[in-house]
Amino acid sequence: MNLNTVVEAIVCVLLLTGSLFTLIGAIGLARLPDFFMRLHGPTKSTTLGVGGVVLASVVQFTSLRELTSLHEVLIPAFLFLTAPISAHMLAKTGIQQRVSLWAPTRGRPAPGGADDAPPPAGAAERDAEEPRA
Amino acid sequence: MLAIVTPVSFALLGIAFLLTVVRLVRGPSLPDRILALDTLNINAIALIVVYGIQLRSTLFFEVALLIAVMGFIGTVALTKYLQRGDIIELN
Repeated sequence: MNLNTVVEAIVCVLLLTGSLFTLIGAIGLARLPDFFMRLHGPTKSTTLGVGGVVLASVVQFTSLRELTSLHEVLIPAFLFLTAPISAHMLAKTGIQQRVSLWAPTRGRPAPGGADDAPPPAGAAERDAEEPRA
Repeated sequence: MLAIVTPVSFALLGIAFLLTVVRLVRGPSLPDRILALDTLNINAIALIVVYGIQLRSTLFFEVALLIAVMGFIGTVALTKYLQRGDIIELN
């Protein structure tokens, strides 16, 4: 069992783990009943999956080029920084747009709360186009 | 071993892509669709990185990084538009 076999096995395990996490995130996005539940899948599982795939590629190219290639780590670093920000902005948008909630979901946005800002310009037309339950 | 695992990884990521497209088409509200677009960006990054592993080429990392940056900016702009009705508020 030489070194190349070990490196290849590590790359394979990391690739499969990353792809499985990405698939689990997408299943969560497609199957969960509520917008605020569906927000969980892509923001955590899919980001971790991309981290695994990029780690596999770092191991592969480090063994191919005989020098550590760490500039690929920029991709998951950027994703880990930006995924919470976009999830936060999406959650605020969901609260403000009053997306329909699943019946057992608790913690409803309070009417007249801090996030209950006056509707922006153009909200009336959007409401007319897309009635929500 | 890697010759077997890379197509399997492509298949898993492709199924994830299709499920996200299902949510993008079905999505009952606009934030659902924005979330699906964001997830499509992240899935595209994963697919490109796996393709780079298969081709043994480091050329694709810049592409993936650009898609990450542009996807984040697009998501922020769309959510900002839905929240405020404007993206760049000058006054």
